Amino acid sequence: MPSKEEKIIIPNSGEEEIPVPLDPHSQPELTRLDLKRRPCLIDIDKAKRFLSARTFVIAALVGLAVLLGLVAQAKGVTAGLILRLAVYGVMLGSIIALGAIGLSLVYGVLRFANFCHGELLTVGAYIALGLMGVLPRGEPLRPFSFGWEFLVAMVAAMGITGAVAYGLHWALFRHLRRRGSSSAILAMSTLGAAFFIRSIIYLAWGPDFRFYYWGRPRPAWQLPLGVRFRPDQFFILCLAIGLVILLYLLLERTKMGKAMRATADNPELARITGIDTARVIRWTWMIGGGLAAAGGVLLGLDAQLRPEMGWWTLLPMFAAVILGGIGNPYGALAGGLIIGVAQQLSTAFIKTTYKPGVAFLIMILILLVRPQGLFGRRS
Amino acid sequence: MSAFLIKAALLGIPLGILIGRLLLARLHIGLWSWLLGVPLGLGLGLGLLWVIPSGILAYLISLVIMACIFSIISLGLNVQWGYTGLFNIGIAGFFAIGAFTSALFTKAMPTGVEAIYTKQAFGLQLPFLVGVLGAAIVSGIIAFLIGFPTLRLREDYLAIATIGIAEIIRLIFQSERWLANGPQPLRGIPRPLYCLFQDPPCEWLPKVVQGWLEPLEPTDYNFFYLLIVVLFVGLIYLAIERAIRSPWGRVLRAIREEETSTAMSGKNIFAFKMQSFVVGAMIMGIGGALYAHYMVSIDYAHFTPLYGTFIIWVMLMLGGSGNNRGAILGAFLIWGVWVGTTFLTDLINPLLEAISPALPARSPYLRYLLIAILLEAILLWRPQGILGEEKRVSVLFEEKR
Repeated sequence: MPSKEEKIIIPNSGEEEIPVPLDPHSQPELTRLDLKRRPCLIDIDKAKRFLSARTFVIAALVGLAVLLGLVAQAKGVTAGLILRLAVYGVMLGSIIALGAIGLSLVYGVLRFANFCHGELLTVGAYIALGLMGVLPRGEPLRPFSFGWEFLVAMVAAMGITGAVAYGLHWALFRHLRRRGSSSAILAMSTLGAAFFIRSIIYLAWGPDFRFYYWGRPRPAWQLPLGVRFRPDQFFILCLAIGLVILLYLLLERTKMGKAMRATADNPELARITGIDTARVIRWTWMIGGGLAAAGGVLLGLDAQLRPEMGWWTLLPMFAAVILGGIGNPYGALAGGLIIGVAQQLSTAFIKTTYKPGVAFLIMILILLVRPQGLFGRRS
Repeated sequence: MSAFLIKAALLGIPLGILIGRLLLARLHIGLWSWLLGVPLGLGLGLGLLWVIPSGILAYLISLVIMACIFSIISLGLNVQWGYTGLFNIGIAGFFAIGAFTSALFTKAMPTGVEAIYTKQAFGLQLPFLVGVLGAAIVSGIIAFLIGFPTLRLREDYLAIATIGIAEIIRLIFQSERWLANGPQPLRGIPRPLYCLFQDPPCEWLPKVVQGWLEPLEPTDYNFFYLLIVVLFVGLIYLAIERAIRSPWGRVLRAIREEETSTAMSGKNIFAFKMQSFVVGAMIMGIGGALYAHYMVSIDYAHFTPLYGTFIIWVMLMLGGSGNNRGAILGAFLIWGVWVGTTFLTDLINPLLEAISPALPARSPYLRYLLIAILLEAILLWRPQGILGEEKRVSVLFEEKR
């Protein structure tokens, strides 16, 4: 008779397995499972686990980077260019991350894909532009190209965009959720909201480029290895890091943050534990909208403002969210940086217009290999 | 005189099909619905041609052609969303693929002066129907490639991936000059049987028929194209109606309602979702092909998320998802609103002028606003659309009245 240690492993939906002891006596003779493992050179289970593991994905990314490096050598791309692109990519990635963090929080807490999150970036950027038209114009705070009025406008735009985001929820998504609409219907309504917002921006500001400071010189610092970096870009990077630290403190140190994380993790459980989910939802939209507005303003500061800027950032943001695992703000941060750097580096090899394609490709790869994201758990 | 009769027939046949299929078929009089419908349609065609001034009639016909093309795409979306619950917001991608594929399949390689300003990867000069078929197939292949990583996952992933593929397809057609003339429009897409309306008419026709066609002007071509698109709408409508009331269609609806129980009944969810997604995309590709041959000149800018995707969603949601007649009705209504609002903006321009001098130039964006508000209103107050879903699930099951 088989020994009492033998058990059958039931694959769980999670990564842990539940061992269930088998009682050989309770089984009919003929149906008894053959529990003896046949000797095999490769342990298939182990190999499978290794393939789906995070280490594998990270190794694959490193491998890809090495491969790209070799191609770069062949194409005569210099290290200086790569470094320059990487630095710029980190900055761009931090902007994407600002949007992606909010997107991921909303996704986690409310359980639907918010296709108007890109438009929140646009709204933030244009509200800041509108406010700057009203505020008196001060001297530029050298070495930066902007003055104090820009900072005031940005902070105000963050607040207003947060309110706009919650306003959309209040006017639309709240009712649909109460009716128990499917997440696809909710996503469609966010898509409608996206077109709604964009058409308002088209009506109010027109389809052309806009700049926060038209024609103001934006000198760049010359760093070693031929890296050129504008003080504005340094500011963007610092502000993004600062906002992420603030968000970290909020999520980890305050009661509201804890409630938000709990809701993102498991909304039903959170509600049962007595968390005021309505309040959590309000804060999620405010924070998501505020961060998106900051991202939009910084994107506008780095390049220019266009009504489509948010729509074009939507795909990289979703890629970042999926890369980091839905509902995981830190994953979204890492995902945003990875996407930003990858997009920027790709311009050394392919046409600049295909930058969204790079984000898309990374997203599809991650969906194929590890759909729960680099840092996510299997749901 | 013969031109008048031919035009009346071209108008009358689609009308007859519509009357026969949609109105008289309801009376359950069998073949009589056709025997009565076609003469009625022909009579109506004659009447329309008699009464309506030719300029307005030509305008109406172009409107109906576009509405029919959108109906086809909306029908394709109905297979994916209405019956299977697949959330595809990258319709513009399949629309574009269909249009460009059929264009390249049927167009000749540019020669002479044209070759200087037109670049294209290939030009096969195949017949129109082969082009349409090619459009469907290529569209289906793209759908398969997108569906493969995403259809096993949560429904949002498909949405995100389709948004992505639509953008990338547009980017490719925008920046690859060698493929389909890059940012410049691809011109000179052949129209099917255009020679019927030229002077002299097609050489391969018997002399007698050529004589009949002689008085037709090239400007009358849309009468003929109307017939083509209506036939396509009709065939696709019938095919979907038939398929959706078959065991296959019932599995799709079951997946939409209760995925887990359907899986437990032994159905391969992934395979059925994939079939539905690919079939829907193929229909969208056909719509794109018909669009290309109608427009004659297409470029990447036609296939924006708004014009290529969003408006079609509003069409289906308005008409009623899960109802093929609703998909067609929605397409006609929304296209009517879309075109009608161009007149409206002319009317309200003085008002806009009073608010801000910059506004009248931006008034086209009011339509975007209107369509977006319309969608939200439908979602909030009438999520089932005008017609709602049809309950009948089998061809063998007669409606109880």
